[in-house]
Amino acid sequence: MATMITYREALNPLHAILLAFPVALFTGNVVSDWAYLATAQIQWSNFSAWLNAFGLVFGGVLLAWALVSAVLRPRGWRGGRGLHLGALVVMWVFGFLNALLHGRDAWYSVTASGMILSLITALAALAAGWTGFRGYPRKETL
Amino acid sequence: MARHRFAALLLAGTLAACGSGKEQSQYGPDPRLPGQQASLLPDMSIAKPTGWGNALPKVPAGYTITPLATGLKIPRQMIVMPNGDVLVAEGTGASAPPLRPKDLIAGMIKARGKSDVKGGNRISLLRDADGDGRAELKTVLLSGLDAPYGLAFVNGALFVANQGELLRYPYLVGQTRITAPGTKVTDLPSQINHHWTKALAASPDGAKLYVGIGSNSNITERGMAAEVDRAMVWEIDAATGAHRPFATGLRNPTALTFQPGTGQLWTTVNERDELGPDLVPDYVTSVREGAFYGWPYSYWGQHVDPRAQPQDPKKVAAAIAPDYALGSHVAALGLAFSSPAMGPQFGDGLFVGMHGSWNRKVFSGYKVVFVRFVGGKPTGQPIDFVTGFLDGDKARGRPVGVALDPRGALLVADDLSNTVWRIAPATPLAPAAPATPPPAG
Repeated sequence: MATMITYREALNPLHAILLAFPVALFTGNVVSDWAYLATAQIQWSNFSAWLNAFGLVFGGVLLAWALVSAVLRPRGWRGGRGLHLGALVVMWVFGFLNALLHGRDAWYSVTASGMILSLITALAALAAGWTGFRGYPRKETL
Repeated sequence: MARHRFAALLLAGTLAACGSGKEQSQYGPDPRLPGQQASLLPDMSIAKPTGWGNALPKVPAGYTITPLATGLKIPRQMIVMPNGDVLVAEGTGASAPPLRPKDLIAGMIKARGKSDVKGGNRISLLRDADGDGRAELKTVLLSGLDAPYGLAFVNGALFVANQGELLRYPYLVGQTRITAPGTKVTDLPSQINHHWTKALAASPDGAKLYVGIGSNSNITERGMAAEVDRAMVWEIDAATGAHRPFATGLRNPTALTFQPGTGQLWTTVNERDELGPDLVPDYVTSVREGAFYGWPYSYWGQHVDPRAQPQDPKKVAAAIAPDYALGSHVAALGLAFSSPAMGPQFGDGLFVGMHGSWNRKVFSGYKVVFVRFVGGKPTGQPIDFVTGFLDGDKARGRPVGVALDPRGALLVADDLSNTVWRIAPATPLAPAAPATPPPAG
């Protein structure tokens, strides 16, 4: 008698390495934004701008990966794959707005608005990490 | 007749201002200052370079314009020697290193509006002996300099303000090549050098030199520590090199000159960006000794700029407003007092060279204006003196330094078409030689 099992497929290692970057970079951004607002030392704002920029670079590759995978594997959206794609989209869109905001000068490079954008971006990055690293469910018949 | 033409010019200017609804009305001692705007992306328009073809800059009726010299290497500031020789500083400062992703992108965008010629790092001498408005002689007076900008000639010495030091060369009027090595008068602040130009003027007695040192940022985005010895005018003892801040809070004092007959120093200042298309007006002002003009904490007196943190309410309270607004983002880089030899309409006042805007959808600047003086003070609206630098959304030229030839001509350095223009009354007026040659600056 055939047995049906469900398991979660581990991420491709390259995919996993790429996904580690925005999780670390965008959460780091929140910390450096907070440090700038607390100290007005501009170097913290500079850190934020670069953390966010590189988060967008890696996030862009991941977003492309997720979109290509959506085309190649149009089925199997249960178990977090859709959430992962959604989280990446939110992360990238808010990260991009945040890049523009962090491109303003001196105090206006962060402010409360920048902190809120950084928080949304970081939460979306964490969600993308959670849904991604967990792996997507696969069904197999033994 | 001349008076009518003047009135017509004023009227035309006023109508243009009303008609488009986009021109600025931010002139004079009490400009209208709208509320601050901080958008996610600043307004930007870059005028891409295009050639002059057969066109020439436009000048008022009764004046002629000729290219005194072309093919220069980024001409910036000029002085006119007592024999009529014109010395031109040519160069481009080292760009400040990019500190943020924004710096990379903004640098690429702004470069699209600039000449791709490499700065000459030299002083050229232009001589128009036959007076036809074109220099027959064009020689390299000094080479191997480091982004020279400000020039001054005092008592047989030529002072050159490189981006990082003030140099003195022995110089005889008429000499066409300087081979003697320069002597360093003093180092000038040059770390980072976000605003690298070092404007220069000599006091009428030649004992003191004044150097304009721009800020190291738009509005302290490179940190407060980068602004030590920046955004101020130094007074330097010409003999010893000893220096002190003469006036502070001047974001980017790009030209300095003395008002003939008064011993009063004037400067033109480029104010801060990214607060909206109509903030903050650039200005000309007499420079009061010891005064603080606001940057970075406030502008036009006590208008606080919240971007400068930590704030300093005491400095804001001490800030004084400048004398005369020129309009926002015009990028005033040239300043020269006129003389009666320029004709009755333009005989008493200041010529101001405006390099032109980037931080505005609708261009501002890209012309040379005349600010009329009455009783030694600026008055009324600026009057266009040289225009036509824009061709639609492209730029044929961008004015930088302006200098008065006491024989009756205005010289305009154009660092986009790499030309020095000469504008003179079509029929030379009776020579009204000033008692002393106007100081250079």
